[in-house]
Amino acid sequence: MTHSPLIDLLICACSRVWADDGEVLASGIGLIPRLAASLAMVRNPDLMMTDSEAYLVSEPVPVGARRGYQPRIETWMGFSRIFDNVWSGARHALVGPVQIDRFGQANISAIGDYAQPKVQMLGMRGFPGNSISHANSFFVPNHNKRVFVAGEVDTVCSIGYNADRLPRGYRFEDIDIRYIVTALCVFDFDPETHQPRLFSLHPGVQVEQVVENTGFEIGTPSQLETTPLPEPEELEILARLDPGELRYGVI
Amino acid sequence: MDKVCTANTAIASLESGMTLGIGGWGPRRKPMALIREILRSDLTDLTVVSYGGADVGMLCAAGKLRKLVFAFVSLDFIPLEPYFRQARQNGAIEVMEIDEGLMLLGLRAAAMGVPFIPTSVGLGTDVVLHNPEIQLIDSPYGDDRQWLAMPALELDAALVHVDRADARGVCQIKGPDHYMDDLFVRAAGQSIVSCDQLVDTSFFHTDPEESRYVFWERSCTNRVVPLPYGAHPGSCTPLYGIDIEHFKHYVASAGCESGWQQYYSEFIAIDEAMYLQKVGGPAAINALPLPVY
Repeated sequence: MTHSPLIDLLICACSRVWADDGEVLASGIGLIPRLAASLAMVRNPDLMMTDSEAYLVSEPVPVGARRGYQPRIETWMGFSRIFDNVWSGARHALVGPVQIDRFGQANISAIGDYAQPKVQMLGMRGFPGNSISHANSFFVPNHNKRVFVAGEVDTVCSIGYNADRLPRGYRFEDIDIRYIVTALCVFDFDPETHQPRLFSLHPGVQVEQVVENTGFEIGTPSQLETTPLPEPEELEILARLDPGELRYGVI
Repeated sequence: MDKVCTANTAIASLESGMTLGIGGWGPRRKPMALIREILRSDLTDLTVVSYGGADVGMLCAAGKLRKLVFAFVSLDFIPLEPYFRQARQNGAIEVMEIDEGLMLLGLRAAAMGVPFIPTSVGLGTDVVLHNPEIQLIDSPYGDDRQWLAMPALELDAALVHVDRADARGVCQIKGPDHYMDDLFVRAAGQSIVSCDQLVDTSFFHTDPEESRYVFWERSCTNRVVPLPYGAHPGSCTPLYGIDIEHFKHYVASAGCESGWQQYYSEFIAIDEAMYLQKVGGPAAINALPLPVY
């Protein structure tokens, strides 16, 4: 397997979405988000994680074959109890939508006409409940206008900063979309206007590249950060969390 | 009370047009042998509520579904269910697409005998846009917020698969997660439970720990159908894992002209004993590795 600096950079960038979180369930859905959550938990053991099946564990479970590793189980966490956690708000999920719009609304359900979709995907899963209950971030391994769409996403699976859809009695402050990590950059949302903006560019990426590949307008702060390269310590932790180097085979 | 019957008798108690809840999750502990019995029956026009896997896919392929209540349909390691996709992309089924947690609440409301449960889940999303049967309400306690009233998902019957049961309907699930199976049987007018092993009641007396894996009381079980390996090709952890090769064959069939007809004649239009032989027999299924997530 060829080592890919970009993949390690993406995992480390993703792991930072939990940097300011306390004792919340860090859910990373998919290999890269899961490794990112695992890395975040190694550095901040207050975070909680599951074994990706039915138990909460005291340290992240390495991905791939167990190779004799026994998960450090601390409590049962079957699916019914996951929703108790979701609705408590003590969770921050990193998920991978297929479409995202300027409101931060996301789609994993269906592309095209809803009655007879051009492409039927998974279904909206837990997106509606996640998005109104706790913090969410997104990971998008590619960055183009099919993902970052010009209008609204075809099926709105998660609530975003969209005044036209805001339920009565709700404010944008009730919605908590943190970061979008892509192959080119990291977005966040302006805390005042709730508009998407460039948070950092990955090394070697130009602003124009991001603008050209994003279907909506994005704010560009005058002082642009560069997404930090992985630290040696992070790479050491990743080597332990992914001994089979599955991460280099995913994109 | 002896609740043991055959799959044929159990499925014959169902009627076309019914609403069925199916337990399990994706490819995990699904009552697949009961689904195969439905596929062999002349039941049609069904509404199904499911955390869907190949149960939903096969019912779509066979044209048994009128309406699907779902949050996802997936085979986990093969993310997209091919026959469900075809049914949706052909506009062949009605859908009520909701959040996974909303499904839990709908089942719980039915189990509690209340018409709805208020929640914020689904607000601001297409759950509200595409499901006119879901209403938004005000709280009678004077906050100024809208609430989503998740309607009770009342089931005519629930179909679930468990590791073992006794003839009176004490059911044990030894795997790490019983999913929402307890809510499915409580939400249903009647429940049909298939089991890998039929045990004597004394099994539960041998060690009090065994009763900790019983998630509903026997009054919630109406029929017990002994069907060894009844979750195949899905898993029934800790007894056996997912038959990935079989699922690959099933998924590939969806890409072939008359692929479903071939799959049907090879694996469905036979009895369960022949099915088990066809997929390698007990030794092969016992050897299927447990999934590692």
